[in-house]
Amino acid sequence: MSPHRVFPLPVWAGQDVGRSCILVSIAGKNVMLDCGMHMGYNDDRRFPDFSYITQSGRLTDFLDCVIISHFHLDHCGALPYFSEMVGYDGPIYMTHPTQAICPILLEDYRKIAVDKKGEANFFTSQMIKDCMKKVVAVHLHQTVQVDDELEIKAYYAGHVLGAAMFQIKVGSESVVYTGDYNMTPDRHLGAAWIDKCRPNLLITESTYATTIRDSKRCRERDFLKKVHETVERGGKVLIPVFALGRAQELCILLETFWERMNLKVPIYFSTGLTEKANHYYKLFITWTNQKIRKTFVQRNMFEFKHIKAFDRAFADNPGPMVVFATPGMLHAGQSLQIFRKWAGNEKNMVIMPGYCVQGTVGHKILSGQRKLEMEGRQVLEVKMQVEYMSFSAHADAKGIMQLVGQAEPESVLLVHGEAKKMEFLRQKIEQEFRVSCYMPANGETVTLPTSPSIPVGISLGLLKREMAQGLLPEAKKPRLLHGTLIMKDSSFRLVSSEQALKELGLTEHQLRFTCRVHLQDTRKEQETALRVYSHLKNTLKDHCVQHLPDGSVTVESILIQAAAHSEDPGTKVLLVSWTYQDEELGSFLTALLKNGLPQAPS
Amino acid sequence: MAAHLKKRVYEEFTKVVQQQEEITTKKLRLTKPSKSAALHIDLCKATSPADALQYLLQFARKPVEAESVEGVVRILLEHYYKENDPSVRLKIASLLGLLSKTAGFSPDCIMDDAINILQNEKSHQVLAQLLDTLLAIGSKLPENQAIQLRLVDVACKHLTDTSHGVRNKCLQLLGNLGSLEKSVTKDAEGLTARDVQKIIGDYFSDQDPRVRTAAIKAMLQLHERGLKLHQTIYNQACKLLSDDYEQVRSAAVQLIWVVSQLYPESIVPIPSSNEEIRLVDDAFGKICHMVSDGSWVVRVQAAKLLGSMEQVSSHFLEQTLDKKLMSDLRRKRTAHERAKELYSSGEFSSGRKWGDDAPKEEIDTGAVNLIESGACGAFVHGLEDEMYEVRIAAVEALCMLAQSSPSFAEKCLDFLVDMFNDEIEEVRLQSIHTMRKISNNITLREDQLDTVLAVLEDSSRDIREALHELLCCTNVSTKEGIHLALVELLKNLAKYPTDRDSIWKCLKFLGSRHPTLVLPLVPELLSTHPFFDTAEPDMDDPAYIAVLVLIFNAAKTCPTMPALFSDHTFRHYAYLRDSLSHLVPALRLPGRKLVSSTVSSNIAPHEDPSQQFLQQSLDRVYSLQHLDPQGAQELLELTIRDLQRLGELQSELAGVADFSATYLQCQLLLIKALQEKLWNVAAPLYLKQSDLASAAAKQIMEETYKMEFMYSGVENKQVVIIHHMRLQAKALQLIVTARTTRGVDPLFGMCEKFLQEVDFFQRCFIADLSHLQDSFVDKLLDLMPRLMASKPAEVVKILQTMLRQSTFLHLPLPEQIHKASATIIEPAGESDNPLRFTSGLVVALDVDATLEHVQDPQSTVKVQVLYPDGQAQMIHPKPADFRNPGPGRHRLITQVYLSHTAWTEPCQVEVRLLLAYNSNARIPKFPWIEGGEVSPQVETSIEGTIPFSKPVKVYIMPKPARR
Repeated sequence: MSPHRVFPLPVWAGQDVGRSCILVSIAGKNVMLDCGMHMGYNDDRRFPDFSYITQSGRLTDFLDCVIISHFHLDHCGALPYFSEMVGYDGPIYMTHPTQAICPILLEDYRKIAVDKKGEANFFTSQMIKDCMKKVVAVHLHQTVQVDDELEIKAYYAGHVLGAAMFQIKVGSESVVYTGDYNMTPDRHLGAAWIDKCRPNLLITESTYATTIRDSKRCRERDFLKKVHETVERGGKVLIPVFALGRAQELCILLETFWERMNLKVPIYFSTGLTEKANHYYKLFITWTNQKIRKTFVQRNMFEFKHIKAFDRAFADNPGPMVVFATPGMLHAGQSLQIFRKWAGNEKNMVIMPGYCVQGTVGHKILSGQRKLEMEGRQVLEVKMQVEYMSFSAHADAKGIMQLVGQAEPESVLLVHGEAKKMEFLRQKIEQEFRVSCYMPANGETVTLPTSPSIPVGISLGLLKREMAQGLLPEAKKPRLLHGTLIMKDSSFRLVSSEQALKELGLTEHQLRFTCRVHLQDTRKEQETALRVYSHLKNTLKDHCVQHLPDGSVTVESILIQAAAHSEDPGTKVLLVSWTYQDEELGSFLTALLKNGLPQAPS
Repeated sequence: MAAHLKKRVYEEFTKVVQQQEEITTKKLRLTKPSKSAALHIDLCKATSPADALQYLLQFARKPVEAESVEGVVRILLEHYYKENDPSVRLKIASLLGLLSKTAGFSPDCIMDDAINILQNEKSHQVLAQLLDTLLAIGSKLPENQAIQLRLVDVACKHLTDTSHGVRNKCLQLLGNLGSLEKSVTKDAEGLTARDVQKIIGDYFSDQDPRVRTAAIKAMLQLHERGLKLHQTIYNQACKLLSDDYEQVRSAAVQLIWVVSQLYPESIVPIPSSNEEIRLVDDAFGKICHMVSDGSWVVRVQAAKLLGSMEQVSSHFLEQTLDKKLMSDLRRKRTAHERAKELYSSGEFSSGRKWGDDAPKEEIDTGAVNLIESGACGAFVHGLEDEMYEVRIAAVEALCMLAQSSPSFAEKCLDFLVDMFNDEIEEVRLQSIHTMRKISNNITLREDQLDTVLAVLEDSSRDIREALHELLCCTNVSTKEGIHLALVELLKNLAKYPTDRDSIWKCLKFLGSRHPTLVLPLVPELLSTHPFFDTAEPDMDDPAYIAVLVLIFNAAKTCPTMPALFSDHTFRHYAYLRDSLSHLVPALRLPGRKLVSSTVSSNIAPHEDPSQQFLQQSLDRVYSLQHLDPQGAQELLELTIRDLQRLGELQSELAGVADFSATYLQCQLLLIKALQEKLWNVAAPLYLKQSDLASAAAKQIMEETYKMEFMYSGVENKQVVIIHHMRLQAKALQLIVTARTTRGVDPLFGMCEKFLQEVDFFQRCFIADLSHLQDSFVDKLLDLMPRLMASKPAEVVKILQTMLRQSTFLHLPLPEQIHKASATIIEPAGESDNPLRFTSGLVVALDVDATLEHVQDPQSTVKVQVLYPDGQAQMIHPKPADFRNPGPGRHRLITQVYLSHTAWTEPCQVEVRLLLAYNSNARIPKFPWIEGGEVSPQVETSIEGTIPFSKPVKVYIMPKPARR
């Protein structure tokens, strides 16, 4: 028997944010978790170095399966490259919404990379399609048998539509991989949840390892108030967003607010990708939060009543309006166009709902720049109000701790975060839960020994007999059991000793202990025996104590005889004899008798 | 039938007790052999277990009388012994349990048998069922100590059973019957009372989660039965909090709560440190921790229980709202703290900058506890929970804790205000209500008020009205706050004009609570100018009225304010004081005599005399026995007039006055009817004139129903008198019919029915008969034997004389009596625009009404629609359409669907509210009716409706469908 081990190998996700690819080897099975890409590079560093996984042989032979946690490109972007260009033909697992949305995003990304930037050596549309054919979709809480030994199970993770945490299990060993998750519910998705599955290892993201976030309500309220005030003044509100995820949350937020407050100001949503994505949100209603799930019978919340598709011409319309436009960092496209049109009016407002990369217009205006140099030496004066609202869908430090508490793992491994912050969280986890915690760097391998449990068959007769003996039920407490362990043909069985003797054709050896106890007693043997009898009768209420006609006393199967001492008539010798099986009682009796008899009533 | 009945009534009347005994023995003889014998035969006939099961199932459908239970039980037991099939045995066991619950049957005789068969039973399911039966038996005999002890003993023996079902039932049995006192050990049967608590406690660590749950439940059951739990189980229960199964955790939370209430002050050590804390604090911390449990059922349970832990120390309490924020390991202030700071620094509503919330101080990494064992942030988590059930529970808990601790109330305000923006309306509503309940302890800051007022634009009417109620009792700290509130309320009024009344009322309270804050605002609000006269505002503008309501109510306690009014304001005051007197108080205005104010201020001393007046006039009436009929009539008429006027003047006495007036009205009608000439002349001649008498009889009946069902607080004493009056009316009806109809045949039926009514009356009010000395019924019962035997004509004659001789009964006044009333607010019935719809289709009409003093409106209040063609339609509103804004007040907001065939021109339909009644509801039930036997006489259950609101006319126009 080789010791079972779990080797998680973060090919990429290690102490770094922005891309995920982890290799786990568990009880001889190799599983790849996520297959992300890095948005920041345009060369080979964009994709993970898959040659790292295996130098020789095909990937399909080495990997048992690939699991994708959700549709963000830093978790699934390298998938077509991996499966079609490097070559992997095994199964790829993801949830239904991920399966639906993932190809849209990949296609979009491909278009930008190939058509706009003109890159060569990139995957094609056909490759995306071929790759998606290898995908096996799973339901929440559905246990999927990958092969005879390997099984996986998905749990709800919040974060984005269709995000899931996966439990990977081989025999009694298991690993849980969280992907990205969110422990606080938002307007369109619920909170991540996992049962007490007690895995050997929990691999969790740690983006916000050192942050404890304020209540979401304040931010929502602020956001709504800002928008409301601006449109009441007659101003226009621009909200630059990325097509998927936060955009839908903000839409729901505004839609319900408009509904509640009976507002009539138009809300527009830039067309394209987003419409397609909204369609999937409508479809996968079971993946959303309680409110949307419960009310969709009356009305699907994603069938927006107040939010309409945007047309380029609307931007010049007079009167207040709210526009969601892509992309989110104001660096190009529609959002920038609208921004330029509206920037000059101090009644208008732009709300940045997320982080902006340095160098983009979004970053500039957030850092307070009021005069922007546009292409063609134009200077754009920004008079409109600039607001920043952060809506993030990752678990904060408390959330991570909460999840660890829920799953009760034996050890924790942190990925997807910055090393300095992870160090803090690692200490905390070790301190609070007293479990070991690791934070490997990219390419670093962690090996975890596990203590595998070996199943032993027990005969029903023996089990029932032993159950009947124990008076008190003790759940999950180790219990002493008398029996014989038979190891035969690599199977283990626990049977009663009689049966074992019978099976092995052996005869039983009687083993008897005898002991002499000297007692100071001047009376006759019979009387002494009688006194011993009455003494034992009084002390051992639960046992069967008998006085036999030949003058000996029995306690269960233990025999006690009294005889006169050959030399000293004042001393009687008690002969105590018991079998090996009654060792406990026998030694107790001798100890009791050695203490002497109580003074007989005169 | 009739003969049997007469005999019965006669006999019962003379010697009631004996008669009943006789009847029961007779029943025994009759039914016992039949029931059990039939069952016996059936069971013997059964060839297969399936057959037998069928018979048993059939048998179980019919009820069994108390007397024959024992026979049936014997038969069942006999078959039990013979039966091999466990499913049949199971059914028999369950039947035994059902039978032993029969009222009037003492099950101690079958206990021995039940215990006997328990010992020989092998099937676990049957065993469990038998234990259930024993539980039923044991709970029927709560006084019998010996039996209880025996049952507990049996339960203990079976606790080691391998099946969880059996162990479950054993624990249930222990929980329901086990006792803790060891003093009763010296029992005759030598059974020792065991320490039930210890035994149950041992099963906290059973391997089966269902048994663990059952053990905790049994423990809770012990507590419910008033036995004091030991403190030792606290530690055991705490271990169960980390159980794998949610039902165990949920029950454990309850148990911890129970123990914390029992031993709040005992000291427990904190593990892994040397410190000790109070048990209630420790329990509080543990339950708080469960608010972030994985299962929402447990979270709801925990959040609910937190609310009732009032003894917890404030230090712990305040931690529940604390969640130390940090960003990148540096301490961050919460948005709440920032808002507060902005406010206190005098700079409010500065634009938000990026990095405004930039973290400031560095945090010592060692000091940050991410998962505290204590109460940290429990409510923050609870209020942010995914499931709205948890959020509601958390809001409720917050409310209860805040009510008992003012400092906590102040702290939780921010969080409550945040909940006003929850996505689920129920949660928003709940938090608004909560805020109202704790409003005594809090003063709203301006930024908080701002958030609160933003909700006024909510499209849900409930939310807005709840918010108005909240504003009624809120303390505002600044004059800007008042101004803000007024502006927002006016905005609300412009957007939703239907909120008019609610907004006016809200401003009334806002004004009277903050006179000094309103004072500096007055010139601005009235837009007066020191030099120029401004235009007189439109008196019918609801917004202007709203402003005036605020000002006048503030002026009531602020005498300097009227000096700021302009001339037209005084005129408007006079107008409003008259038209909206409930909103505008009497003011002491300079240079005006205030007649109204003297009246209103002197109400208090007047109260007693009016009470006296009421009493005197009633006393006077009761002496009318001695007056001649003419005088009596006059006196009654006078008194009725007085009472009605008194009711109008004194709203507190309205109920009593109306109630007595109605009663006197009945008496008056009766006297008038008896004064008819009809009686003196031979019957056939006066066919026509009898109308008056029979109409009087009918009206009396109606009035008595009104008296019985329209008033809340009517006691049994009054019900007797009312029924007595009704009986008299019925007698009158009988006599009139006898006089006016020819032939005797119809009279037979009527007489018999009347006698049944008398019989029924006697049965229902046998206890109160002593109060009815010399009354109609008293005399009637005296003569009952004679009446039974006489012919109808004779009966009528006797009744007539008795009706004349009977004395007028004194109506004792109840303590608290209120007349049910309803006002339809919507539709207002003023519209000239008909509601057009296509004939054959439906149109929905919004109905909004307030109901006062209606008990159980969900089942009694109906909406009636009367079409011009006389067609009437009754609509039962859904229970959810009723809201309960205050004690004794209800609000009905519903939709009524109208439909009709095409009309040529628009016409009005009438909408009114009805109060449905059922005369059975008040009459006490008799055991023999419940026994499944149909009572011999016809049930006198009368159902009907009383209109209790003014009808409202709605103009509608069904158009013919266009082809």
